[in-house]
Amino acid sequence: MTTTIASPTATATPARSGRLSTGLHTFAALLSRDLRVTRRQLGSLVLRAVMQPLAFTFGFAYVLPKIGLAGGFGGDQPGAPKFTTVLVPGLVAITIAVQGITAVMIPLLMELTYTKQMEDRALAPVPLWVIAAQKIVSAAIQAMLAGLVVFPVVLLVHAGGQAPDVHVHDWPLFVTTFGLACLLAACTGLLLGTLFDVQKVQHLFAAVITPLTVLGCVYFPWSALKAVPWLQYLTLLNPVVYMGEGLRASLTPEVGHMPVWAFLLAEAGGVVLLGGLALRNFRRRVLG
Amino acid sequence: MTDAAIRTTGLHKTYTSGGRPVHAVDGLDLEVRQGEFFGLLGPNGAGKSTTLGMLTTRIVPTRGSAEVAGFDVTAQAVDVRRHIGVVTQANTMDRAVSLLENLEFRGRFFGMSTKESRGRAMELLERFGLAEVAGRLDDHVSGGQSKRAMVCRALMHRPDILFLDEPTAAIDPQARRNLWELLRELNAAGQTIVLTTHYLEEAEELCDRIAVVDHGKVLTCGTVDGIKASAGAETVITVSFDEPADAAAQIAGKLDGVQRAEADGRDLRVHATAPADGLLGELISVGRDHGLSVRNAATLPPSLETAFLNLTGREYRE
Repeated sequence: MTTTIASPTATATPARSGRLSTGLHTFAALLSRDLRVTRRQLGSLVLRAVMQPLAFTFGFAYVLPKIGLAGGFGGDQPGAPKFTTVLVPGLVAITIAVQGITAVMIPLLMELTYTKQMEDRALAPVPLWVIAAQKIVSAAIQAMLAGLVVFPVVLLVHAGGQAPDVHVHDWPLFVTTFGLACLLAACTGLLLGTLFDVQKVQHLFAAVITPLTVLGCVYFPWSALKAVPWLQYLTLLNPVVYMGEGLRASLTPEVGHMPVWAFLLAEAGGVVLLGGLALRNFRRRVLG
Repeated sequence: MTDAAIRTTGLHKTYTSGGRPVHAVDGLDLEVRQGEFFGLLGPNGAGKSTTLGMLTTRIVPTRGSAEVAGFDVTAQAVDVRRHIGVVTQANTMDRAVSLLENLEFRGRFFGMSTKESRGRAMELLERFGLAEVAGRLDDHVSGGQSKRAMVCRALMHRPDILFLDEPTAAIDPQARRNLWELLRELNAAGQTIVLTTHYLEEAEELCDRIAVVDHGKVLTCGTVDGIKASAGAETVITVSFDEPADAAAQIAGKLDGVQRAEADGRDLRVHATAPADGLLGELISVGRDHGLSVRNAATLPPSLETAFLNLTGREYRE
């Protein structure tokens, strides 16, 4: 068999015409690589996505009611939403946030330093922002998968009589806010990955992930913070708040949530702002 | 595409380190022709990798211009990337997928269909002796195999110019010879190749033309023989006698064509201007006149190492 190894005349110009279509083909190929790896590591993704919410629901929705420590949200008054109901959107939101952030941030930090794979990936025949955008889309898909697998866990793990009252009240709103939440988490992850060095990744968990969780209105709706106004305003800086409020509005509207326009604007604006900053920083980090 | 595969004019890259500017590349002018095997040779820290980084669109030049495959590296970076294949110095194989998949995805990044890409990947892996390890992850193959796989990956989209940054650093001598052979074959088939190396031997073995680089500047550029001749590289003759050679060295220093003669114990070492025909016989006669018998003799032709010494006044540091 004769193999042509080097044939400079058989030029690299792609057969497809037009920059847009070749760019899209490259984008799809980059995404396909990530999805193949995600598929192979699906068990790991499920484990990462499920463990924290499972521990939370087990502790708060099963153990505490069993030992008589948990009451309904807003006291034990009749008609008050159960704590499990409040937890579902919050836990889904924090899962999307953490998985979306880490799905792009950790590999990026490795690719920029230890494995140096970014040196090679940056040779793909597309502008660098396309490579960054692909990373956002890939992480958003992983965040979405994580969010979906965590639903049954937080819906099903609870003590007797503590079943959460959750169903989709508004499908278009649910799909929109769920999708925006995944994108926002991925944009946040890419931005953090371009801002931090790999040596400081431990600080990142302490300084970013923990406050995101604790101050992300995960275990209570944002409106409940009216008792502590300064904190209520401070938490508006936390993207997880909007993710949780969006899910509350579409899944558990009776719990109370911030106005729809507010969280949609914040989520969409966050995607544009953080995503734009991330694309700009990505180019700076990759180019010498 | 113009006749020149690469043309740079006054290329500069200045970094800031500790508040002070560092001129990694300091006004580099180069021209590489199509089909050439071209070497950027210089000691560590000479600016070779920075130059390669600029030519492959990974580093943005501070000043000056560079055209690769007829495209400007800054304004037309994507077009440049479409026409080049790059083997980076560090191992940048994707560790999450197999060698075959590394190649397959590379082809797809460059517009090939999955089937077409897989076919070409298998062809290349077979050609480079990697078919048996095609399904392995990079962590489970040797350093030499990994480097060859990187070369395969860089060739997937049939680039006009193949760049290799220190391709044989950190691989064993056998693997180095093997890679040299493959690169020679590629070049013989018409592939333009540009490599950086700090190994004089590697540049001498492989390259049609060499640019000797130090402190971000081209010291000289030409064929290996041309550089040696223009830099006045010397032939070094060593004659080992049975007794100390001090007296013989004094006489040898006065012979025609000898620049310098020194005794090193029983060895007489003579630096002569090239070519030094007949000088060895004269040195043996000088020894005989002093009652010395010859045990051994060696003639080292002019080398790039002596050329570098003459160009910079410094020993070459690898």
